[in-house]
Amino acid sequence: MTQETLKVTIDRGPDTAHVQTVFDVPAYTNQTVLDVVSWVQQNADPTLSYRYACRVGMCGSCAMMVNGVPRWTCRTHISKVLRGNAVTIAPLRNLPVIKDLAVDMDPFFDKWVAAEGVHHGALTRDDPIAPVDTSTAARAVADAGIECINCSVCYAACDTVTANDDYLGPAALQRAWTLLNDAKDDGRAAILDAVSDKGGCHNCHSIGSCTTYCPNDLDPMSAIAGLKRETAKSLFQRWR
Amino acid sequence: MLNLRLYMLQRVTALLMAPLVLGHLAVMIYAVQGGLSAGEILGRTQGSILWFAFYGTFAAAVAVHGAIGLRSIACEWVGLRGRALDAFMWLTGLSLFAMGARAVWAVTFA
Ligand code: SF4
Ligand code: SF4
Ligand code: FES
Repeated sequence: MTQETLKVTIDRGPDTAHVQTVFDVPAYTNQTVLDVVSWVQQNADPTLSYRYACRVGMCGSCAMMVNGVPRWTCRTHISKVLRGNAVTIAPLRNLPVIKDLAVDMDPFFDKWVAAEGVHHGALTRDDPIAPVDTSTAARAVADAGIECINCSVCYAACDTVTANDDYLGPAALQRAWTLLNDAKDDGRAAILDAVSDKGGCHNCHSIGSCTTYCPNDLDPMSAIAGLKRETAKSLFQRWR
Repeated sequence: MLNLRLYMLQRVTALLMAPLVLGHLAVMIYAVQGGLSAGEILGRTQGSILWFAFYGTFAAAVAVHGAIGLRSIACEWVGLRGRALDAFMWLTGLSLFAMGARAVWAVTFA
């Protein structure tokens, strides 16, 4: 039996913008997009740059554009994305390219912090550990959002991020919403202020690419809608 | 580009406009079906505080709502930022208001 080959086109940037290299990669029955990229780097072109760590969908470092769609490559089977026997792989959208398939994630994480996606503690080490009531609706919301792996797939999928460089983006805003619903976080005022500014949740057009493409089935669009409701409510409370 | 204040202003003006649009359509259909002439219509609107308030509110809401909406488009599609974006929004809003106010004034008090 002759082994089939895949025609894999990979973007090579940023110095050689829009230059692509085509590789012939042997097909295997069980092969992810990340396996394909790794094969190229190990067997065809050792200068190819890309990023991964866990290979099991935990670390969020392997996201790339696959045929124009943002995906976690370690958990995407190549057979799902092949067109004929061809596939095109490019660096994640909406972030500066460092080299080839590796992007600079700094803007993504800077916005995470700008959205107050940091822990706001109220207790000291001398206080007893506060119990968490797992039965509340707010806890269910926080538990959902906590599953985010910071992969930036939603950020790459969002056209509002593309059009408006100030926009904090779906992942950071969802993190803010998660903390707002977390009984252990004491940053309510700071969070509401941060997401009400010019790059905040009110710029979202609720088109939902973030929710469509999140590999973990999270729902940043609804989280952002929650922030819009909370900020509006807090405004009325201030007026009263 | 949109902060909470602009967002709320746009939502509140939308809420205001919803019944006004329906009222406006109803009045238009009524006036056309009843065969009212321009003179007869003006006869009813001239000097009417009620019609002044109705269309005055409408014109003001349109100016605010439209200016904020066009601000988003100018930012995301034309790439305006910062001062230029603010200037564009104010200019659009004030022009819309001037045109609306002129028309309202003409049919109620002029
Ligand atoms: S719903 Fe909002 S955050 Fe999600 S992709 Fe659309 S604009 Fe971006
Ligand atoms: S919300 Fe989903 S797509 Fe966005 S960073 Fe988190 S896990 Fe990735
Ligand atoms: S390599 Fe860790 S999520 Fe893909």
